[in-house]
Amino acid sequence: MTLMRDRTLLIIFTLFVLAAPLIFAPTGAAYPDLLQRFAIYGIFAIGFNILFGLTGYLSFGHAAFLGVGSYSAVWMFKLLSMNILPALLLSVVMAGIFALLIGYISLRRSGIYFSILTLALAQMSYVLAYSVLTPLTNGETGLQLRLDDPRILDAAGPEGFLPSTNLFGLEMKEVFWNPTVFGYDLQFNWGYYVSAVMLILSFWISIRIFRSPFGLMLRAIKTNQTRLNYTGVNSRPYTLAAFVISGMFAGLAGGLLASMDPLAGAERMQWTVGGEVVLMVVLGGMGTLIGPVLGAIFIKYFENIFSKINEVVLQGWFSFLPDWLSNFLVTIVSPFVGRGWGLTLGALFMIVVIFLPGGLVDGARRIMRKITGADRRAAKARNE
Amino acid sequence: MGILEVQNVNKRFGGLQALNNVNLDVAEGSVHALIGPNGAGKSTFLNCLIGKLKPDTGSVQFDGQPVLGKKPHEINQLGVARVFQTPEIFMDLTVFENVMIPCFAHRDGAFKINAFARVLRDKEIRQKAEDILEDMGMKEKMAAQSGSLSRGDKRRLEIAMCLVQEPKLLLLDEPTAGMARADTNNTIDLLNHIGETRKITKVIIEHDMHVVFSLATTISVLAQGAIIAEGLPEEIKGHPKVREAYLGEAEV
Repeated sequence: MTLMRDRTLLIIFTLFVLAAPLIFAPTGAAYPDLLQRFAIYGIFAIGFNILFGLTGYLSFGHAAFLGVGSYSAVWMFKLLSMNILPALLLSVVMAGIFALLIGYISLRRSGIYFSILTLALAQMSYVLAYSVLTPLTNGETGLQLRLDDPRILDAAGPEGFLPSTNLFGLEMKEVFWNPTVFGYDLQFNWGYYVSAVMLILSFWISIRIFRSPFGLMLRAIKTNQTRLNYTGVNSRPYTLAAFVISGMFAGLAGGLLASMDPLAGAERMQWTVGGEVVLMVVLGGMGTLIGPVLGAIFIKYFENIFSKINEVVLQGWFSFLPDWLSNFLVTIVSPFVGRGWGLTLGALFMIVVIFLPGGLVDGARRIMRKITGADRRAAKARNE
Repeated sequence: MGILEVQNVNKRFGGLQALNNVNLDVAEGSVHALIGPNGAGKSTFLNCLIGKLKPDTGSVQFDGQPVLGKKPHEINQLGVARVFQTPEIFMDLTVFENVMIPCFAHRDGAFKINAFARVLRDKEIRQKAEDILEDMGMKEKMAAQSGSLSRGDKRRLEIAMCLVQEPKLLLLDEPTAGMARADTNNTIDLLNHIGETRKITKVIIEHDMHVVFSLATTISVLAQGAIIAEGLPEEIKGHPKVREAYLGEAEV
């Protein structure tokens, strides 16, 4: 039964992702740049959930792997080819190696000590990228493409233009179909669909891991590590494997970010980015399949849409009200939008953590149960 | 030659000699009880057996192999399963999943990345898990979350998780501690039932004399870190040294 339900979930998810440019049109979020970010941070959160959601090990350092992925990809664009495939491959491999190193050190401890270790190591990587490793990372300026890059495979580009990233000729920034549906101007873009395919693939891998004996062991680590050890299981390599897998997902996300916009800066490695992915997973529902993606969309939506609402927009919204009331409302609401979007996000986050510890997925489940009356039926069955 | 041989084990915590030259020879197939008043060193001794503590001197051999210095999971893989004083189970998982985990550990070893296999498609593991739950009378609770079980059922589940691994030796640390009389008797019946169908050597650390005399085939008495008597239950019952050690404890 579970297998059937997983298949249905995967199909619905795939349809949803493929139709996203249409679905998000009424929300004002359906432009390629933001849709790409939804998908890429969705991948980041799915990977993080495999570590945090299943084993309960809370890492604050996953931004480091995102950064490593981006740098690797840009180097591949500079040295080899503008095709994103080798770039993504190197991103995943490099992030995996990095995760193995950082995971090996931090997993010697658990609980809060583990979290602090990952935070410290990630901050060290960030500082390294900024200072000592400048030849590799180009320091504060960030790593960028240049006309005189060697690019062994496809050096011959038109003079004076930077070549663009592509997948066998499909350019990432190209909008290949631009129809108008219900008055909305839809943009179907290669970059988004490449990210979308990766997201669907990640989601499928995540389902498989959740339902595998490996995933079962990871969940056992979260509930009772003592019992697991006395059951003959060595928990350390399991946690390390989960850490490396989640690091590779982060690397893939970083590589995709660089593929959409070929530059990489150290700020991508900062701990706030690693903190954001924690928020995404908790907000969406940790340990659930779909939760991390919902959380990622939610937070990126807020960051990009809510932050653009200013007083003028608000006055437009409230213009049907009498002047004094509209002015009053604008004064009240404006600190929470625009640059203050973080305030709203913080408040929402608190509400979710306090009232819906299972995240948005938990909320959706409760609503479903209310609607279908499953609660009442279960209670009735118990009484009988 | 016993299946478990403990020789000259000493353990000192600061000024306290917790274990003083303890020798123990557990015969294969026996139910060996280790009794003693509070603070006699029973738990310290058990922790030395399963790799949680390292004794200062001495040797412990299980099935001909030294176990001192080995980690808990390594000792389990040799064939030693342990039941804890308070049931240690995976509270967030279902009863069925709780039993499948030791099945996997028994078949696949201490570590295996099988991230693309499916738990529910593994007929062998499912069958084994269902069989043991059937045997333990818990089959109808298969889908329940194990944290919601009663104390007695949690204990039953923990024993099922140990048995499904077909261990050679089962260590039970006060399996009836804190239980009501009815639950205690259920546990005794369960352990006797296990003894009828499976030939597993058991070492029981116990406080409750009623439990000890209902189950044990051999009894060792530990007092102040040393074994002061060893023998058949009827010998121990009348042993003067044992009476002395338990003076004031009415049950003997």
